Amino acid sequence: MLAAIAFYVLAAVAIVSAFAVIAARNPVHSVLFLILTFFSAAGLFVLLGAEFLAMLLVVVYVGAVAVLFLFVVMMLDVDFVELKQGFLQYLPAGFVVAGFLFAELSLVGAASMGANGAPIALAPNAPTEITNAEAIGRVLYTDYLLLFQMSGLVLLVAMIGAIVLTLRHRPGVKRQDIAAQVGRRRSESVELKDVRPGQGLG
Amino acid sequence: MEIGLSHYLIVAAALFTIGVFGIFVNRKNVIIILMSIELVLLSVNINLVAFSAYLRNLEGQIFAMIVLTVAAAEAAVGLAILVTYFRNRGDIAVEDINQMRG
Repeated sequence: MLAAIAFYVLAAVAIVSAFAVIAARNPVHSVLFLILTFFSAAGLFVLLGAEFLAMLLVVVYVGAVAVLFLFVVMMLDVDFVELKQGFLQYLPAGFVVAGFLFAELSLVGAASMGANGAPIALAPNAPTEITNAEAIGRVLYTDYLLLFQMSGLVLLVAMIGAIVLTLRHRPGVKRQDIAAQVGRRRSESVELKDVRPGQGLG
Repeated sequence: MEIGLSHYLIVAAALFTIGVFGIFVNRKNVIIILMSIELVLLSVNINLVAFSAYLRNLEGQIFAMIVLTVAAAEAAVGLAILVTYFRNRGDIAVEDINQMRG
């Protein structure tokens, strides 16, 4: 019973805040509602018995991706009221597509109950002898090792890509050039002047 | 009342629909479009985890983790492109992005 209440509360919060993400006037509010959506989804994951993914969702999404969004939204100085133009223009088409999409998806979801009305499988979170994180670790580092390593590679490529995209060299900024500094010769940097006593260099 | 698989599927369907709807109505604001894509990927993750839990198969959770990785990478690269575009143009109106055609 308590699980049912928790499910309905988390699902309602997730859906309402997801709608607020796309409807909010201020993008900073959008990001904050996005964080709320992710948090509620993490709660749903806990209800499903996937604690490890729930924590991953909080750490990766709320801790990294949403904060990245927040940084970018606050860094870009854009007139967001102007960007809201055309909201009404696309509203009817958007509603039609979204209505059909939701009808079809929830039809499939409701039809996924078994043929005789019973759920396909058992209740999800019956206690097992090992924890969820341990179970994931047992298959992730054995059967899916290649996939795991490749996702690390994807993150590396994304990191390098983001750095390359945003790095810029401003002209006129003095930087250290080790090769030029080490390769300096005495002949090109020191000049001997024969100064007579009592006279300057002129 | 017992919470079944289809409850989770309908929540995921609603989130997916909201994400697609957000892409439709916020045609001018790239940041909201990127957030809508994150919502769509989150709904896919909910589907994967729900099936994984009800079919008692951990592969769905592994797959959800891979989707999470790709979503994080996509957000990072997308926002980097957005910052570069803003730096060059001074605004982020999506309609003018077609000037990037070669």
